Amino acid sequence: MDYVVEMLNIRKEFPGVVANDDITLCLRRGEIHALLGENGAGKSTLMGMLFGMYEPDRGIIKVRGKETIISNPNVANRLGIGMVHQHFKLVSNFTVTENIILGNESRKGLVIDTETASKRIRSISEQYGLNVDPHAKIEDISVGMQQRVEILKMLYRDAEVLILDEPTAVLTPQEIEELGKVMKNLIDEGKSIILITHKLKEIKAVADRCTVIRRGKTIGTVEVSTTSEADMAEMMVGRQVTFKVSKQAAKPADSVLRIDSLTVKNSKKVLGLKDFNLDVRAGEIVGIAGVEGNGQTELVEAITGLRKAESGSILYDGQNIVNWPIRTRIEKGIGHIPEDRQKRGLVLEYSIEENMILEVYQKRPFSKHGLLNKAAIRAYAKRIIESFDVRSGQGATSVTRSLSGGNQQKAIIGREIEQDPMLLIAVQPTRGLDVGSIEYIHKRLIEQRDKGKAVLLVSLELDEIMNISDRIAVVNNGELIGIVQASETSEHELGLMMAGLRGGEVAQ
Amino acid sequence: MRNTIVSLLAVLFGLLAGALLMAVTGHNPFEGYRYLFEGGMRDISRFGDTLATATPLIFTGLSVAFAFRTGLFNIGAAGQMLFGGFCATAVGLTLDLSKPLMLVCTVLAGFLGGALWAFIPGLLKAKFNVHEVVSTIMMNWIAYWTIYYMVPAYFKGEYLETESRQLPDFASLKSPFLSEAFGGSYINLGIFLAVLAVIVIAFIINKTTLGYELKAVGFNRHAAEYAGIGVNRGIIVSMLIAGGLAGLGGVAEFTGNASNIQIGKLPTQGFDGIAVALLANNAPLGVLFAAVFFGLLYSGRGFMNAMTDVPPEIADSIIAIIIYFAATSILIERLVRKLLRIRADKREQSAEKGRES
Repeated sequence: MDYVVEMLNIRKEFPGVVANDDITLCLRRGEIHALLGENGAGKSTLMGMLFGMYEPDRGIIKVRGKETIISNPNVANRLGIGMVHQHFKLVSNFTVTENIILGNESRKGLVIDTETASKRIRSISEQYGLNVDPHAKIEDISVGMQQRVEILKMLYRDAEVLILDEPTAVLTPQEIEELGKVMKNLIDEGKSIILITHKLKEIKAVADRCTVIRRGKTIGTVEVSTTSEADMAEMMVGRQVTFKVSKQAAKPADSVLRIDSLTVKNSKKVLGLKDFNLDVRAGEIVGIAGVEGNGQTELVEAITGLRKAESGSILYDGQNIVNWPIRTRIEKGIGHIPEDRQKRGLVLEYSIEENMILEVYQKRPFSKHGLLNKAAIRAYAKRIIESFDVRSGQGATSVTRSLSGGNQQKAIIGREIEQDPMLLIAVQPTRGLDVGSIEYIHKRLIEQRDKGKAVLLVSLELDEIMNISDRIAVVNNGELIGIVQASETSEHELGLMMAGLRGGEVAQ
Repeated sequence: MRNTIVSLLAVLFGLLAGALLMAVTGHNPFEGYRYLFEGGMRDISRFGDTLATATPLIFTGLSVAFAFRTGLFNIGAAGQMLFGGFCATAVGLTLDLSKPLMLVCTVLAGFLGGALWAFIPGLLKAKFNVHEVVSTIMMNWIAYWTIYYMVPAYFKGEYLETESRQLPDFASLKSPFLSEAFGGSYINLGIFLAVLAVIVIAFIINKTTLGYELKAVGFNRHAAEYAGIGVNRGIIVSMLIAGGLAGLGGVAEFTGNASNIQIGKLPTQGFDGIAVALLANNAPLGVLFAAVFFGLLYSGRGFMNAMTDVPPEIADSIIAIIIYFAATSILIERLVRKLLRIRADKREQSAEKGRES
């Protein structure tokens, strides 16, 4: 068999954790090979070693049959291995061409020869059907296009093997479909792709084979065409997984949050939310469906106090809270799982226990007369860590930055639910998480509802919105398009409404 | 622990590089270092002088380190120190009180003066997002010219236009008892104040909700805002404390080490405080040790110069090199990690051999 990359019996330890333990992954030429595993299973570490960011403690890496030591990313580049990271590494005020040649500039005398470069970029773009304009500025193009620029960057450097790290996490459904086509084009031209993901649907759609790892060990490599999603999920999680969330019908009570003709400006000082009305009652989950950037952020930030409302009112438990400080809102029972966990949700330099008291540190028993009570803080953090299964190297004292994304998210969700909020605002609560964690988080959200709390769920994943919510409010361009009952709507109807068509029957 | 090793290695490398410099310029490094350290520690009196030299550095180091911990780069410790020292001097020359009461007043005046000088950049940052590096440097020059005007106008010395009157004994941190105990050194009560400040700042940073808030603001102001912590208030409080500390440095320098204030000079300790904080990795206790070490180099270099023909600038070069190593601590850390790994590998190998045999 013709293997481009073979990673054999790889082991890698970090202080306190064995990230990879005897993992084997072999990539055939011209295949899309999915690497599937939960958060913290060791996918990123494994790929980091292939890309030269770490060196394995044990095991062999062969590239085109030859044993190699990949000591840094430059070596990986020379071997034709390129990686597209989950968070793009692009300079936003540079053009596509400037970004692609960055670090690899060809010169004409003393000046950089962008002309030849952009010609070559255009021809590569055409060859693979990427449709990228070499002269566009990064800040002006969509996220999906930026991702293609990252892919182009690798192709420009003659990469044969492309590693795509969670490429669909930031894309809309249409963009995901486009990416699938791009990947097919790439393998048709003889490239090989490793696709890091935990979305089974996508693996089914594009991948040829799939290697599953769990807790640092290889579970197996399977042919995608002959393996069901459920089987792969079971391999990944180690037990059977249900995709459909089981829940009783909602028993909504009094209104907890009533938003009345709320208008909010976005970061560019333009109206991001216009004349918005919404009612969230105790004991129900209201989902906000919409394409990214259609007013969701403005809505959430206005409710939580992070952004000023221009006009309109937000009645919470009967009181208008538009002028309340953030802390008062938290203390009165508004919980918030923020969209960007690393920017808003956590102080990455703090330990887990310090992050767990971020909103309650000034209260007893965590502090008294301005002095922190470490014992009480640790006990509290340990309780959250245990009940929300937050995995880390050194427990409560681990530096938060060292946790995997999924565990960081579980820590935030634990922190917010532990405060028992009357209104829980969950924004993209399962973004970038694995099947096991998603299932768990969904259960906890429904549990909150069943305890008689109000939940406002904002998500870009339509499946999530439809599975969890009782009612769905659809936004487009900062306006409320309509509200539908989750049990009576369809993906099709929601899709039309998300595109701005006031079609569906409006239910109360 | 790892940070301590890195700092100690930075010092070691700095000293080695200094030795190299001495050797290259044709001097005997062993002799040079012998006199440098003897100059700072040979007897109790010289050691007292070392501590006295270190005292303002402890304050300015703490000032910079504290601001750093809360995400602010206080590059204006010099101006805060100068203005704090001026306020203390002004109080000392104006009021007529018993010594204990007077010292409370001068120390308080110094703290408030420094705090005021840092409050303005803090406010500008909080309200208008003016970067503190720019505004604190500007405040340095405002302090410089304010003192330039105020001293000759209101506190002119008897003989010289360029300095203030001598402080009376009852307004000075100098203590005859302490000087005698240290064999006539110019060590003064400032050192006790400095140690106290180290303890208080360490306590604030590690044990209090205030320290928790300020660090959160420093590390990630978006997360702090999300959690309802007053970010702007944090910036201002942090600058107030940092400025107050630098102001106390002024008190120690101008009413302790010296006995009047001169015009036309920005105290160098303000900038050395940045080096102290860097070497100390912004830890309060580390500041204490780093400042004493720098104090040792500064007070020993004169003796070295007198006893050998090694130029005193070598001491400055050593400090500069140490700063380079401290600032590039990541390189040292990498080296330490590599050494540790080699050792671990060896141990593993020998363990494996043991099993085989």
